[in-house]
Amino acid sequence: MKPVLSVQGLSVRFRMRGGSHVSAVTDVSFDLAAGECLALVGESGCGKSVLASALLGLLPENAETAGSALLGGLDLLTADERTLARSVRGRRVGLVPQSPAAHLTPVRTVRSQLEESLRELAGVRKPALRAAAEQAAERAAFPAGHLDRYPHELSGGLAQRAATALALIGDAPLLLADEPTTGLDRDLVDRTVDELRRHVGDDRALLLITHDLAAAERIADRVAVMYASRVVELTDAPAFFGAPGPRHPYARGLLDALPEREFTPIPGMPPELTALPAGCAFAARCDRADEACAALPGLVAGAACHHPHVNVLESPRA
Amino acid sequence: MLELRSVTAGYDRAAPVMRGVDLTIAAGASVGLLGPSGCGKSTLARVAALLHRPDAGQVVIDGQPARGWRHRAPREQRTAFGVVFQQPRLSADPRLTLTDLIAEPLRAVGRAPEAAAVVPALAARVGLGKDLIGRRPHEVSDGQLQRACLARALVLRPRWLICDEMTAMLDASTTASLVHVVEEYRAEHGAGLLAVGHDRVLLERWCDGTTHWDDLTGGL
Repeated sequence: MKPVLSVQGLSVRFRMRGGSHVSAVTDVSFDLAAGECLALVGESGCGKSVLASALLGLLPENAETAGSALLGGLDLLTADERTLARSVRGRRVGLVPQSPAAHLTPVRTVRSQLEESLRELAGVRKPALRAAAEQAAERAAFPAGHLDRYPHELSGGLAQRAATALALIGDAPLLLADEPTTGLDRDLVDRTVDELRRHVGDDRALLLITHDLAAAERIADRVAVMYASRVVELTDAPAFFGAPGPRHPYARGLLDALPEREFTPIPGMPPELTALPAGCAFAARCDRADEACAALPGLVAGAACHHPHVNVLESPRA
Repeated sequence: MLELRSVTAGYDRAAPVMRGVDLTIAAGASVGLLGPSGCGKSTLARVAALLHRPDAGQVVIDGQPARGWRHRAPREQRTAFGVVFQQPRLSADPRLTLTDLIAEPLRAVGRAPEAAAVVPALAARVGLGKDLIGRRPHEVSDGQLQRACLARALVLRPRWLICDEMTAMLDASTTASLVHVVEEYRAEHGAGLLAVGHDRVLLERWCDGTTHWDDLTGGL
């Protein structure tokens, strides 16, 4: 079956003053099928959000892109602004943003913003508008009593739900959720991601960008782990979170950092995106690194690593 | 000991966020305060850190009742607290390099000359290397900026740390790393901690004890 979104060899780098470059996304490929949820996880600053911006055509002027991101027949990387504005954003790609405080219009109430989206995207007209706005709010568990508030009067959690409600209005085939659960408590995280998952149904796809591994585990079918601009592991969620567990040492370290697991941080910090090493970017922090890691590992059998963890049933590496 | 005694606080006297809340943290102890989004736990953290004047009630710091709030708090009380907020972007002056950001509390209390000796070591402790601390907030990631904000909270060696959703924006590894820095500091200096958050698993792992917002406020 044809995927909803097909990303092939996507790279994004930013030209900086002085001629240096920041490589935010490097050679990322994945397909996203209808009815599927792919969770993109990784440390802050690894390039996750830039990938989302690229898919929405929201990269700044100094960005250079390579590769392709096909949504239906349209390449999101080369589409012009008019196409993106009129037929992509909100209509074919719904965005649940990272910081709703910055996403919502500060001078208008939530109701007025919901009604505007319903008018523009769904063609709802008065007098049905009021009820439709309340229904849209309800879908994202936004309490009707707060509809007449301005964004600054909302808690972080309520603002996030308002933004989620806005994103769901267009019924877009691809839903892009960029850290949709930041600042929410666990019950709300569960409700928010469950709602996103429900929205996916059978004919839509969800790209969930998150650092919240519990949220990813809850709804993802597949997991892509991003590190220093590259996808280092791409695998089925049950195998990743359960047995046999992640294969890439970085992904394993990330899971072990959870308070319900070892609660031990990965030593060191990720490399600068301005000065990525020629070989494996994780080698400097990795206890398995050796001379082989000076070469760039390809994504083989779901992990880009020279010394991946093997299935526990197999014999351990000598 | 840090005590909140029947504190009533909020932003509208007619409808306070909390009414008559009592909370006690023994010297050197750590308490995790759990509560859902928007319940008012950040307001409580701000009151405890002398950043928000309560409508009624007292905050007592090591036996001394708070004598002022925000910039009116006497210096020895104000500097007894180190505070880390949820959103590093909103709590960092974008014009300052991370070095200046971390040194700002020293400057504010007239101890700027100490910065050169203290800041690099503290930065290294929170995991920020030499190449990073010369940068401004827009040149670093959220996780790196929060590391700087934690260093800033520690630079005056506070007796009390108030961490308001310190790790809500951060990935698992950065979270574990910052919590370890806090715990290392507390072990060394015997500082007390109020950690506010909604992640039960995290706070139970992190703190000596946790208390739920509803139990503090009687479900109000």
